[in-house]
Amino acid sequence: MDVSQYLEIFLDETNEHLQNLNTQILSLEQEPDNMDTINEIFRAAHSLKGMAGTMGYKRMQTLTHDMENVFSEVRNGNITVKASMIDILFQCLDALEEYNTNIRESADEGTNDNEPLIKELNNILNGGVAEEKAVAPVQATASVGAGTGSAEPAANVDDASKKWLGIQLGESEKTVLKEALNQGKKVYGFTVRVFESCILKAARAFLVFKAVEEFGEIVHSEPSAQDIEDEKFDLDFSLIVITDAPLDKVLQAAKSVSEIEDVIGDTYTISDKASPVGADTESGKAENAESTESVKEEQKKEEPVKAEVAAKEHPKEKSASAEATVAAAPAVQQAPSKNEKKPAANKPVVNRTVRVDIEKLDTLMNLVSELIIAKNSLVSASATVEGNASSEVNNQIEYLESVTTSLHESVMKVRMVPIESVVTKFPRMIRDLSKKLDKKMELYMSGEETELDRTVVDEIGDPLMHLLRNSADHGLESAEVRKERGKPEAGSIFLDAYQDGNNVVIEVRDDGNGIDTEAVKNKAIERGVVTPEQAELMNDKEIIDLLFNAGFSTAKTVSDVSGRGVGLDVVKSKIEALSGEVEVKTKLGEGSTWIIRLPLTLAIIQALMVVIGNEKYAISLGSIQTIEDIPTEEVKLVQNKEVIQLRDLVIPLIRLNEILDIQSTKDPNENLIVVIVKKGDKLAGLVVDELIGQQEIVIKSMGKYINKCKIISGATILGDGEVALILDTNTLF
Amino acid sequence: MEELKATCETIQYIVIRLGDEQYGIDIKYVDNILRMQNITRVPKVAPYLKGVINLRGEVLPVMSIRIKMGLEEDVATKSSRIIVIKMEQQGMIGIIVDEVKEVVTLDVDQIEKAAYDSKEDKDNFISGIGKCEGSLISLLDLSLVVPEIS
Repeated sequence: MDVSQYLEIFLDETNEHLQNLNTQILSLEQEPDNMDTINEIFRAAHSLKGMAGTMGYKRMQTLTHDMENVFSEVRNGNITVKASMIDILFQCLDALEEYNTNIRESADEGTNDNEPLIKELNNILNGGVAEEKAVAPVQATASVGAGTGSAEPAANVDDASKKWLGIQLGESEKTVLKEALNQGKKVYGFTVRVFESCILKAARAFLVFKAVEEFGEIVHSEPSAQDIEDEKFDLDFSLIVITDAPLDKVLQAAKSVSEIEDVIGDTYTISDKASPVGADTESGKAENAESTESVKEEQKKEEPVKAEVAAKEHPKEKSASAEATVAAAPAVQQAPSKNEKKPAANKPVVNRTVRVDIEKLDTLMNLVSELIIAKNSLVSASATVEGNASSEVNNQIEYLESVTTSLHESVMKVRMVPIESVVTKFPRMIRDLSKKLDKKMELYMSGEETELDRTVVDEIGDPLMHLLRNSADHGLESAEVRKERGKPEAGSIFLDAYQDGNNVVIEVRDDGNGIDTEAVKNKAIERGVVTPEQAELMNDKEIIDLLFNAGFSTAKTVSDVSGRGVGLDVVKSKIEALSGEVEVKTKLGEGSTWIIRLPLTLAIIQALMVVIGNEKYAISLGSIQTIEDIPTEEVKLVQNKEVIQLRDLVIPLIRLNEILDIQSTKDPNENLIVVIVKKGDKLAGLVVDELIGQQEIVIKSMGKYINKCKIISGATILGDGEVALILDTNTLF
Repeated sequence: MEELKATCETIQYIVIRLGDEQYGIDIKYVDNILRMQNITRVPKVAPYLKGVINLRGEVLPVMSIRIKMGLEEDVATKSSRIIVIKMEQQGMIGIIVDEVKEVVTLDVDQIEKAAYDSKEDKDNFISGIGKCEGSLISLLDLSLVVPEIS
């Protein structure tokens, strides 16, 4: 089978499953006997195995198969979760990750058999089974499946596995059955079990349906045909069939479908004791209806009750009431495992999603940008039309404006993904770091659901990882030091993400040592980054900023945790490339906080349009604090530089016309229009000639030829088709 | 114009005028020819980079070949044009010319390779000289005209 077209889906899903496994195994480490977690792990491992098998990745399949075996035993309570086991499981995940990487690169899983790992897994398995062998040898195999183990005593098997007996038929179906019986046809019940290893359960079930339908009509199936088609069933399903053919033939046909473990069937008797002659009275019907109803109610409460009632309801069944109680017994065992499985089998389809190529989204985004430009030109065109005649036009333009704005927002939202996809790997990383560095630490994350533009999310992983490593390695003190300082032995690292206006803020915080500015200063001098004289003049903030200098690492020794590859300078440049900024707050002895601030979107921003000389410029609204009207006499000189005083703050003035080499067209005696912009906690006042107003602008790249000009971050096309430049106010500080 | 000879021996050139001289630009690099339009100046860039224009919704840098060659500043006239050049590596850039005259097809033997020892500034941009119907066309070497990307 050619599976290459599924490769991408396979890789995506494998990633998801691995991610999930990582998370679940981590929580398993915390609560070794949480059944939900164990089941979730089992399911993920099982799906992985199935997928790898379908794609023909044998090694991957073998490894996941063995992992699944281990979980299966854990699930059955035959093996208890131990720390050593968690380690091995994590190694397995790494190995799977490696397969996945290989497949991504070359569509081949590679040749690493990971035999040692498989051996370890088998050791766990054997060890576990050997310990428990004496206790419950039967249970071990019996409960692996859906609780209808083949190893159980034969007497029990009969009724326990005849699941069709439990089927509740609707009135109309009963009528159909009676009709059929009257016509001399036979009604059989079947329960079909597929092999546990079966990959395409739905397909097998379909084949069984088809085989059975050759002989007659399927009146009812449990679960419903739709659910079976959607693979929403465990390992078995039951059918009620009307046919002329003898039981054997139908059984034979159903069994001939491959990967079917067993088909059990027998004559089905309608539960309301109706004789084939159809002599039931009205009262009998009513009684029956009542009993089914009460049964249904009880069934909701407790599974065993249902089994009992079901048994009572079939007094004509060859097994007498004595056996019925026996049947109830396995049902009790069955009940808990069934309940746990339910969420898996009927997993609600919470979000129906479509995977879309990011390029298609980019195209869509570009088209929306074009639309906004076109809308802007309509706005400016209508502004030139005078008189009341244009009021209708204006209404429509306003409407168009609101539509394009919401269109833009929705397209933007489509591109937004929760940062969860990046941060879920961090708990695992911190766990590994904790072992490697021999420091106790915990990672607390919040705001994983915060959404960012897909392109930003893809890029943010490495910088965050570096900051976390940095905190783990340099930030947190060793346990002894922490004890001395009266801190809890285990260090805490926090990763918090939240939206703040048009920005998303991600904070990496630790309760470690904080940044030792003296150490940084000495290091900087030693490295020749600054001269001792310069260093003397620097304040703490400036010194901390030195950390972002290229090739700066304060770790006394280069460990393989941090101090290799990416430095803080790379973190900074990466985040700045995403139009974000990074700052650090620290208190010696108490910890540091790294704050990353990222724009929600990169392509379209709200901007203030200003005029300088005869040119138009855009200033991102995000960086503007206020706009002030300042009389010329309020401009003071400090160190020969112009400043203004605003609500007790001294703010340096920047005359944009000088920076941009334009002749100002304004009368120098007029009041100054000052746009106050901020960068971090610094402010500056930009003097402009005129304000045009707020506008939604589409950022366009200026191409590769014009990139020397730092003050200009891009260009945009105005409504009249003219190009206006976008000022990057951050570079003015 | 003479008939198109579709052999690899011929190259088509767009003939442009800068001042009194005629120059040829290999047609395979020409994406578009635009009328002169308002150019948005970009501060703090090399003087020959005149600014940016809006080309069908994209921002296109425009350069002055005159300033690059050390000639006097462009004077926009009715016949001024912006030739949009598309180089494989660098992307698109517009070049301001005084006039676009015609398209000529030159045979390889009509082209005289540029002398290597010529040191004069503007000759540095020329790959050869084409002879066509008695007039001479300086063939521009676009890789020398278009600025390097930093």
